[in-house]
Amino acid sequence: MSKQTLLKPSRAVGIVGYGAYIPQYRLPASEVSEMWTDGAAAPPITEKAVPGLDEDTATIAIEAARNALVRAGIAPTDLRAIWVGSESHPYAVKPTSTIVAEALGAAPMVQAADWEFACKAGSEAIIAAIGLVGSDMADYAMGIGADTAQGRPGDALEYTAGAGGAAIIIGPAEKSLAVFEGSISYVTDTPDFWRRPKAEYPSHGMRFTGEPAYFHHVVMAGQILMETLGRTPEDYRYVVLHQPNVKFPSRAAKQLGFKPEQWETGLLVGRIGNTYSGASLVGLTAVLDAAEPGERVLVVSFGSGAGSDAMSFQVTERIRDRRLLAPSTEDYIARRTVIDYATYLRYRGKLLMK
Amino acid sequence: MHIARNWRVKKQRYSLTGEICHHCGSKVFPPRDVCPECAQPAYDPLQLSGKGEVYSFTTVYEPPANFQEQAPYSIALIKLEEGPMLTAQLTDVEPNQVHIGMPVEMVTRKLMQDGDEGLIQYGYKFRPRIMAH
Ligand SMILES: [Zn+2]
Repeated sequence: MSKQTLLKPSRAVGIVGYGAYIPQYRLPASEVSEMWTDGAAAPPITEKAVPGLDEDTATIAIEAARNALVRAGIAPTDLRAIWVGSESHPYAVKPTSTIVAEALGAAPMVQAADWEFACKAGSEAIIAAIGLVGSDMADYAMGIGADTAQGRPGDALEYTAGAGGAAIIIGPAEKSLAVFEGSISYVTDTPDFWRRPKAEYPSHGMRFTGEPAYFHHVVMAGQILMETLGRTPEDYRYVVLHQPNVKFPSRAAKQLGFKPEQWETGLLVGRIGNTYSGASLVGLTAVLDAAEPGERVLVVSFGSGAGSDAMSFQVTERIRDRRLLAPSTEDYIARRTVIDYATYLRYRGKLLMK
Repeated sequence: MHIARNWRVKKQRYSLTGEICHHCGSKVFPPRDVCPECAQPAYDPLQLSGKGEVYSFTTVYEPPANFQEQAPYSIALIKLEEGPMLTAQLTDVEPNQVHIGMPVEMVTRKLMQDGDEGLIQYGYKFRPRIMAH
């Protein structure tokens, strides 16, 4: 691989603050399986997080972003960019990012925009933030991945389409709790999953979503980044992959040469579902809640359509104090109210289905 | 919906921005033209912590239009740590779990939406605190 494959800014940068948010309601997958298959289908996860009636991608992004700001210890007006990646923005036209910027107190002198690339929108926003800070145009920039994913009732996605998000603030390396070591992105035009503008629910290519889409992009991105950096899986204490279910990331991590103790901390999908743009980033927050100084983490996102961003970080001493400043990702997972299928229909507004 | 009226108060409504009187130091919410303690006109913006406790509450079973899908829900009088008292909807809690003195914290949530085509209004609500401090 040529040296130019690696994305790394000339100015050293890193994560100065991070925050997660997961709604408290949980729909057990057994509720979905009983509704549609009399309990015959073996669910791909245990349960998923469901947003309350007053929650959406904007409110999820706001809480994750507030947690990230508290951990960063900076003023909201220090942020020069707020970029929100999602496939469930509340408006088709009207940015989520301005609502978030206003709620944080970061407006009006700030870049703000919404990003879209299925589940890769959040990691792409973070890489843009790395570029903005790395080029010295700004000292602090925030990338957010958040979603309130929808699955067609009875579809395989209904088991796993969850809700949650994470915010990552990029800043100078000398103020970071995890230093950015480099990233690569790997994208192709692969039609594994899509939604046309007026369609309520997404369509997917069934089995086509596995090998040519998820596995190919995640494994290639992960492998190329490790090769470019001259690393092996043994150099990493943690690996976090995009997690549409439990099986895919476990298998892809194994293919990359990792062991379960490296992926288990960041593999949350079994307990909160697939949080789409949030998925790999919420996993990263759980790892940062647990990691020790000096340890490395490899993060690989995946978005349908299709592509992966692989990023490498090394945790610093600053992690110890900063992680205590906001609720941990485990605090949000433990805050749990189980609902039945009927309540789920009401919370997701599906009672009004035409 | 009153688009202009809602737009003008977005700062206080999204993030609980109040005021501090620089004559007597009173912390004020919502922002107003004159300090309610010393009647002086001058003030500076103040970001309130959002931490407080339930001072009293009531449960709404028959809500006004635009709030109907959320019923039943609780409305509480919240005493903020900084002193001001305000009225807000509680969220992430069943009405029968609410009690006087309950520690709560501010979150920004959807207040209501104007059908499927109109604007979504966001603003502060309070929920049971997640972290002890
Ligand atoms: Zn006064």
